[in-house]
Amino acid sequence: MAKKTKSKPVLSKAEGWNGFSLKPRKDMPEGLWMQCPGCEHMLYKSAVEKNMNVCPECNHHFRIEAAIRIKYLADEDSFQEILSEMTTDDPLNFKFRGTTYKQRIKSDEKKSGAREAMRIGKAFIKGRAVFLAVMEPNFLMGSMGFVVGEKFCTAVDKAIEEALPLVAVCCSGGARMHEGVVSLGQMAKTSAALAKLDEAGGLFISVLTDPTTGGVSASFAMLGDCLIAEPGALIGFAGPRTIAETIKVELPEGFQTSEFMLEHGFVDMIVHRRDLRSEIARLVDYCQK
Amino acid sequence: MPAVCGQLFYKLFRQVHCVFFLLRMPWRDILIANMPGNKNKITNGDHLDFEDTVADLDQQTDELHRLSSVKGIDYSAEIRRLRKQQVAELKRIYSNLNAWQTVQVARHPKRPILTDYLDMMVKDFRELHGDRCFGDDRAIITGFGHIGRERVLLVGQNKGRNTKEKVACNFGCPNPEGYRKAILKMKLAEKFGIPVVTLIDTPGAYPGIGAEERGQAQAIAVNLIEMSRLRVPIICIVIGEGGSGGALGIGVGDRLAMLEFAYYSVISPEGCAAILWRDGSQAPDAAEALKLTSKDLYKLKLVDAIVPEPLGGAHRNVHDTIYNVEKYIVKTLRELKRTKIENLLENRYKKLRSIGAGPTEKLRRKTQPAKDRIKAALKALPAKPGQITTKV
Repeated sequence: MAKKTKSKPVLSKAEGWNGFSLKPRKDMPEGLWMQCPGCEHMLYKSAVEKNMNVCPECNHHFRIEAAIRIKYLADEDSFQEILSEMTTDDPLNFKFRGTTYKQRIKSDEKKSGAREAMRIGKAFIKGRAVFLAVMEPNFLMGSMGFVVGEKFCTAVDKAIEEALPLVAVCCSGGARMHEGVVSLGQMAKTSAALAKLDEAGGLFISVLTDPTTGGVSASFAMLGDCLIAEPGALIGFAGPRTIAETIKVELPEGFQTSEFMLEHGFVDMIVHRRDLRSEIARLVDYCQK
Repeated sequence: MPAVCGQLFYKLFRQVHCVFFLLRMPWRDILIANMPGNKNKITNGDHLDFEDTVADLDQQTDELHRLSSVKGIDYSAEIRRLRKQQVAELKRIYSNLNAWQTVQVARHPKRPILTDYLDMMVKDFRELHGDRCFGDDRAIITGFGHIGRERVLLVGQNKGRNTKEKVACNFGCPNPEGYRKAILKMKLAEKFGIPVVTLIDTPGAYPGIGAEERGQAQAIAVNLIEMSRLRVPIICIVIGEGGSGGALGIGVGDRLAMLEFAYYSVISPEGCAAILWRDGSQAPDAAEALKLTSKDLYKLKLVDAIVPEPLGGAHRNVHDTIYNVEKYIVKTLRELKRTKIENLLENRYKKLRSIGAGPTEKLRRKTQPAKDRIKAALKALPAKPGQITTKV
């Protein structure tokens, strides 16, 4: 999303001026403008990027990829990534109607430029050392498979070992169905690891961003000591479409948003993206021993 | 009058049941399935679509029975021949079921549900209601009881037999209060050192507005973390459908077993097909891809044991199915109770941590010859000074 595509001039030099400027609309420089899904305003892209990918009109928080999230969250160049090369080896040999899991991974790797749906590493937030686990929404919907589970558990282990607070930024559609029960097992695995962190007395701050549903919300995302949500994020267990199809009733407005979760008592606070750093730092300071 | 006769005959039959067992008569399974006392008796409408041949044979046998009673001619030789044929046919079909057929068997309306297990397997059952917060979910039933000689806390998902029951328990889809009730009762069992047995049979956690308002995700997440460190043995058995997070919510423990034709999956085959192919009718292919049968999961080392089902699936012989489950629980409980609780917890954690990494690691260990393994183990042993001095 943040990639700046080179803006093409309306007319290339080779074509020359033909006396008319009635070029069709598709020749408009791409990637300069975007429409906000919240307020439907046309927004200038670089203005949005300057505003931390938040709509300046209506405060709609756009989904951002892991690298940008780390840039916003951690102190400059402080993120030391580990296990960045870890990839999945397709435990089920998943094949459905000629499309395989491996093909899907390859195409998503190309599309998003990420190796897996989570990045972990040690980082500093306003000078406080933390262990950071950030999910990648563009890689297979940020779904949790074996690698994500393993990386998260490693992050927990490191946090226990070095007595650091663990900060996880969750952004996922749920368990990865291409890995079947292996990915379902990751829910139990990450929860068991968090039990160890809890017994060791470590702090776990979970940041819920748009979307946090399914297997991820029903495991580590909801098990944070402190739960922070971004405004307007979709947070829940079953997806809204599944619910609407099952009960055949139109869903109320604002259902399964951060505000809904706050109202029903499932998150501690809703924090704007620009204040996230300072809030996490403040919580880390409060929960010191 | 015939019903009373049937009951009497059934009681008599129960007494000579062990003799039948020893003789291993080929039509024993069919005989039991057709007993009048059997609630789950297979009738003409209950045949699955891949059982056409068996249905035909069933119909022919019924016809002969009718004729012999009406005309008074002895057709017993014919009937015996048909039954033998039927058994052979069932063996052929059920020895190589594909994934989608397994799903259909797991969803069979006559398949034994939790209440059958409570009636036949658990002695002196005392149900415990309520989550002390919101209400009492009928889709999850908890309570104390005896299995074999052991006292246990039984937690299970109930689908309901008739329409009224089914509606009351949401067709086996638990709400958050069900999960909260389960963990509350498990903590009670932990306090008094009572082992926990969970029977899983759900299409998934209920996707509804109320469920989301009361925090379905949070309820399941809390169950996962608490069950992973519960200081009593936990045995989980998938007896029918094991649907996604709804099943896992009471499915974390020291042992995970599956009935032979149960399924356990991250998403329903229909859901998977709808996401990948935008068409729920492609579910058979999705079932194949998801590797959700007990055999596949056992190969991937994701379940610890397969509990065998009698010929023709659990719905044809409820009695033997539940007996097999009971046998497994008693055996495993004895084994788990011998282990120290610290070791049990450590093993449980290791087991959970190795999910997904299991198959390769275990294969590697198998390829190493036994001799080398013993040598390495002996080398690794710390030298015991006491023993050496006595030898010298």
